[in-house]
Amino acid sequence: MTWNSASEFFAMGGYGLYVWGSYLVTLVVMLIEPWLARQRYGRARSEVVSASKQEN
Amino acid sequence: MIQSVDPGVRRDDKPNMTASIRFFTFAAPSRFYALAGALIPWLWGLTLALAAAGLYIGFFVAPTDATQGDAYRIIFIHVPAAWMSMLLYLVMAGWAALGWAFNTRLASMVARAIAPTGALFTFIALWTGSFWGKPTWGTWWVWDARLTSELILLFLYLGFIALVEAIDDQRRADHAGALLAVIGAVNIPIIYFSVRWWNTLHQGATISTTAAPKMASTMLTAMLLMTFAFWAYSFAVVFTRARAVVLEREKHTEWALDQCQGVSRARSAP
Repeated sequence: MTWNSASEFFAMGGYGLYVWGSYLVTLVVMLIEPWLARQRYGRARSEVVSASKQEN
Repeated sequence: MIQSVDPGVRRDDKPNMTASIRFFTFAAPSRFYALAGALIPWLWGLTLALAAAGLYIGFFVAPTDATQGDAYRIIFIHVPAAWMSMLLYLVMAGWAALGWAFNTRLASMVARAIAPTGALFTFIALWTGSFWGKPTWGTWWVWDARLTSELILLFLYLGFIALVEAIDDQRRADHAGALLAVIGAVNIPIIYFSVRWWNTLHQGATISTTAAPKMASTMLTAMLLMTFAFWAYSFAVVFTRARAVVLEREKHTEWALDQCQGVSRARSAP
């Protein structure tokens, strides 16, 4: 095992800022993107229903 | 030979007028919509499993690098994101070109669905590269060939999105986008070979088909697992967005209404 303690793991050998700064931002944008895509999908579904009501 | 019932037909159209148009029946948006919808949950499961395995090996099995210390662990997202940024561009340009050449609407819709995900991975590659460059090169950014061409890639994605959104006529927008995407594809070999063609701070290719791997096999395993996780993620999110694009464009069709009413009826049932 590379790490002897949790604090050693989070310190990343002194590179904690860079390693976690990379991973955290990656995680955040990879959570936001699917959420936005899902929002757009939900909007598209309700548009289909409202489009049919306008026609009838 | 020709489908008698065309699911993409408009409610106010006569069925036999449009049925002959679609000879690429497999490319029918309604079929793609159903298939993608069935695959999305599995793709998310795959993404989580691969990412968990890749991160476990990357952080708990792979050893500390002799020269770069633990800063090198950024590689497990940096290199897969950079690969995806280039691959997705080629896939996007390919579908856009197909949609233009053969007039298949679905191909153009898929191209539009890919663009934001490609831009996202380009951003991740640039961001993590910057956070890797600071401790190893001593600078967040340098205008060298690899970094500059990757930044141009981000602008190509954003330019594609802005262009297709700016033109109201959807097929004209698709064609203009295809032209931009195909011309911009010239940038991909420039990114890929930049570390060989120019003197650069950026290190050479991590994986080479001609040389033995320079990295420990556990590092390589973690990086490949993360690459597959990013693949599965890309499929999942692109399919979700493509389904939205399909519905936006096909909102006057019978099948789209069936799809969307089916769920709302089931939800309102007691």
